[in-house]
Amino acid sequence: MALLRVTSPHAHGAQDTTQVMQSVLLATLPGVAVMTWFFGPGTLVNILFGSMVAVAMETVALALRRRPILRTLDDHSAVVTASLLCISLPPYSPWWLIVIGMGSAIWLAKHFYGGLGYNPFNPAMVGYVVLLISFPVQMTSWAPPRGTGAELPSFLEALRACFAPQTYDAVTMATALDVVKQNSGLTLEALWRESPQLGRWAGAGWEWVSLAFLAGGLWMLKKRLFTWHAPVGMLLSITLLSALFYDEGSSASKGSPLFHLLGGATLFGAFFIITDPVSSAVSNRGRLVYGALIGALVYIIRVAGNYPDAVAFAVLIMNFAAPFIDHYTQPRTYGHRVRPPT
Amino acid sequence: MLAWLEQFPLLAAGLAMLGLGGVFGALLGFAAVRFRSEGNPIADQINALLPQTQCGQCGYPGCRPYAEAIVNGEAINKCPPGGEAGIQALADLLDVEPIPLDDEHGEEAVAKTVAYIREDECIGCTKCIQACPVDAILGAAKQMHTVIASECTGCDLCVEPCPVDCIDMLPVETTLRSWHWPLPPADRSPADIIASDCDVNQAVATSHSQDRDQAA
Amino acid sequence: MRRIHDFHGGIHPAEHKSDSMAQPIQPAGVPDVLVLPTGQHIGNSALPTVAPGQRVLGGEEIAEADGALSVPCHAPTSGTVLAVEDRPVPHPSGLSALCIVLQPDGRDEWAEPRPFANPMNADPLLLTQHIQQAGIAGMGGAGFPTAVKLSPRPGKPIQTLIINGTECEPYITADDSLMRERAAAVISGSLILAHVLGNPTVLLGIEDNKPEAIAALKDAATGSGVEIVVFPTKYPSGGEKQLIEILLGAQVPSGALPADIGVVCQNVGTAAAVHHAVVNGRPLVSRITTVTGEAVSRPGNYEVLLGTPIRHLLALAGYDASVNQRLVMGGPMMGFTVSDPDCPIIKTSNCLLLPTEAELPTPPPPQACIRCGLCAEACPASLLPQQLFWYSRGRDHERLEAHNLFDCIECGACAYVCPSHIPLVQYYRASKAEIIAQRQDAERAEHARQRFEARQERIERQAREKAERREARKRAAEAKATAATGDDKDSDPIQAAIERAQARKAALADAGSKD
Repeated sequence: MALLRVTSPHAHGAQDTTQVMQSVLLATLPGVAVMTWFFGPGTLVNILFGSMVAVAMETVALALRRRPILRTLDDHSAVVTASLLCISLPPYSPWWLIVIGMGSAIWLAKHFYGGLGYNPFNPAMVGYVVLLISFPVQMTSWAPPRGTGAELPSFLEALRACFAPQTYDAVTMATALDVVKQNSGLTLEALWRESPQLGRWAGAGWEWVSLAFLAGGLWMLKKRLFTWHAPVGMLLSITLLSALFYDEGSSASKGSPLFHLLGGATLFGAFFIITDPVSSAVSNRGRLVYGALIGALVYIIRVAGNYPDAVAFAVLIMNFAAPFIDHYTQPRTYGHRVRPPT
Repeated sequence: MLAWLEQFPLLAAGLAMLGLGGVFGALLGFAAVRFRSEGNPIADQINALLPQTQCGQCGYPGCRPYAEAIVNGEAINKCPPGGEAGIQALADLLDVEPIPLDDEHGEEAVAKTVAYIREDECIGCTKCIQACPVDAILGAAKQMHTVIASECTGCDLCVEPCPVDCIDMLPVETTLRSWHWPLPPADRSPADIIASDCDVNQAVATSHSQDRDQAA
Repeated sequence: MRRIHDFHGGIHPAEHKSDSMAQPIQPAGVPDVLVLPTGQHIGNSALPTVAPGQRVLGGEEIAEADGALSVPCHAPTSGTVLAVEDRPVPHPSGLSALCIVLQPDGRDEWAEPRPFANPMNADPLLLTQHIQQAGIAGMGGAGFPTAVKLSPRPGKPIQTLIINGTECEPYITADDSLMRERAAAVISGSLILAHVLGNPTVLLGIEDNKPEAIAALKDAATGSGVEIVVFPTKYPSGGEKQLIEILLGAQVPSGALPADIGVVCQNVGTAAAVHHAVVNGRPLVSRITTVTGEAVSRPGNYEVLLGTPIRHLLALAGYDASVNQRLVMGGPMMGFTVSDPDCPIIKTSNCLLLPTEAELPTPPPPQACIRCGLCAEACPASLLPQQLFWYSRGRDHERLEAHNLFDCIECGACAYVCPSHIPLVQYYRASKAEIIAQRQDAERAEHARQRFEARQERIERQAREKAERREARKRAAEAKATAATGDDKDSDPIQAAIERAQARKAALADAGSKD
């Protein structure tokens, strides 16, 4: 009788990393579906192509680093990174943009630092910021959403936009955040009347996409894939700051709390980006602080910075600060009077 | 005087530097005398890190002499009983790069050993007693000798002098109390690996240390 | 109503307790052979007092306690000592240790029981001795000699005696069935323990998933002064430190004992054993062991003679070896695997868990730590398990100690929740052992250094003394010579000086060659 000799515990909880990653992918589905409804199949093509590129790059990196390939690919983390990055990219992005973005995310941000678990920065956001700084034009040309008059591209056109970008005639439109940022002299009410892409609250299509990501996020929260601390911290601080500085919609207004919550990548970031455990603070208290500071940075950069949206920058800046937050939020060990030093 | 200095700014600057140097030098000198710490001489600190087997494998007659030799520039990698961990500790203390063990002086023992005298073969010559650096062998002339196992450092020095070869170095047996779980292997080799994965375990040793650096 | 406190972290694994509670406690009978390890407890192993071939009666002492931190062993039934030799013992190492092998003769003849007359008025010290002589060691799983915990510590009066009926690990129901069926013995034993400790408040802590046991205990405790405290089920509320926090809201300072804050904890099984030893005069020779898991067809609680080979119990419970890959002694959270079914049941064996592969799958290869923080959330000691994991991998012992590795109780909650299946507890156990071994090595090295230096000094001193003696002898001889010839031959100072120098040189050379 060959009996196992293993250390306790013998029982194991239901969660495992692969399942966590799969659940994150599942949770993006409502958001992606709504994006596809409003912006056409561009995001879908992004995700499909981006995932293939990411898996190929991950395989190459693992082979070069002589790591078990199948076993590591099985954690699905490359596909998750790819999906999150591709959701952030404008639909109908050319293939080279996606390839460069994936290279930055998978190689630069992840494998150069030692692979999953070792990366101090969120890979998807590193990829996004590299692209945003290098190719600002491509990165800020968003397709017009359904209901603003333009016709949505077909799947074939989406493929052409990706793989033969020179033959694709892109129709683009400023995003809601852009419009409000560039506003000069109009009250918000007038601005909303004038710009169809502002939608009801925070951008035609956008507000629904955000709500769909919120739904996916709440589902993950219910499945206890992460704790509520970071998202709540971020959303609370954005709401507080935007409410504090909201002036009922004068021409100098930077937008209502609702606009900041539903606009841009706020909800997507709160539930899908800052909840990445690897690059965030570790303890619950730490995550609350981490989220709140990200929220504050998002608001400050949106209002005072050069870029219309700021989630990626805010996340990367706070990734830097995560070890620092950990240092000050260490729990007090049972039976000790003081917290352990780092 | 001031006017003269203004006239020769370069000279003034030089003088100022000299003056400052003098003042701070005096200050440092005073501090060195006034606040001299009576800390452990470095040889004592080194000696505290050596395993005290007194085996002489380093080429010095005991740990203390080797510690003093290290102070005078001897390499830190000549102590097999201390092993890699010992070299690491010495390197940390002296703030130098750890270097691999010099195998001229022997290899790091896999298991600790103690000397055991086969007592019915012992002729009572006391040679081993004289060789033992820590007085761990009991006996008298023409009387059977024995090793006090708890005092034995496993240095081997008694084996050579024995004229009848009755001393064995026995590995210290693992008991229920000394047994413990080993650290899990750096990477457990899975059953379903693909062909390119077969040298994973060899790669682990190197990549593992890289991981550590990156994590730090 | 007593206020219940909560402790940080904890988990709620599937309980699986009803599996083994379908039947009342059944006797496991007398096996063909009993293997009694001399070390069934923490501390020094007992010293055998019997020789092979000797006939012993049930309850007779067969190994005596070796010092205070030790308890004796007794023969569970009458029979003949077959051997006193090393046999595999239940221990995660799978090593062997000294055992007394007894062949029961089936007559079960017993030595005269020695009940303790009128215990509630007796001298606590005598009672403590009696408890030690009965071979009682903590029966919750740790096996700490009970008498040691009962010994008074000057200046540290005990205000609270906590009887631990928590049994928070999944699957195990040995204490549950004991409390259901023998509540009176538990309460009686608790009162004796309380008397020994100077009549502190007695709290019996129990999780709310054992309603029948709670009812039975409340019934038995009426009017006794023992307070039954029920609290919500959560693993590891049965850990001594956690239980103290639940019941008293106080934490045991790191590195200190519960007694330092006026608390003593004893398991319900221990209390019942104390009752048997004091009231019935029977030493500890049997215990209740849960046999459970999907690989046995008749799971349940068995009253087992100590020393009964696991194999015997497995046969009773209808064990199917073909579907089982690991034999766990203890529960699924803190139990250890046993590699030999000939190992015996000992005083601390509260459970045998025989899971099927589907029930408790073989651990998959670990994935990368994603710093999800679930472990820190689950840790009942408020440690940072993932941080400890990094430092363990890097063998950074200083940081491990700074992060309070030694406050880890190895409950396994962190590894249970880890989505990457990292064997965290093994890292901590190995690191703790390495640190302890290093400390011992440092102590041994220091000891060896002192001996070496003492020897060096002695050799030098001996050489010096020898030289001095030689010198003195030479001088005495010279003095004699000059005295003999001195008068006629006028003393020549130069000649004398040359002689002295030669003598000194010779002495030095002599000393040198001896070195």
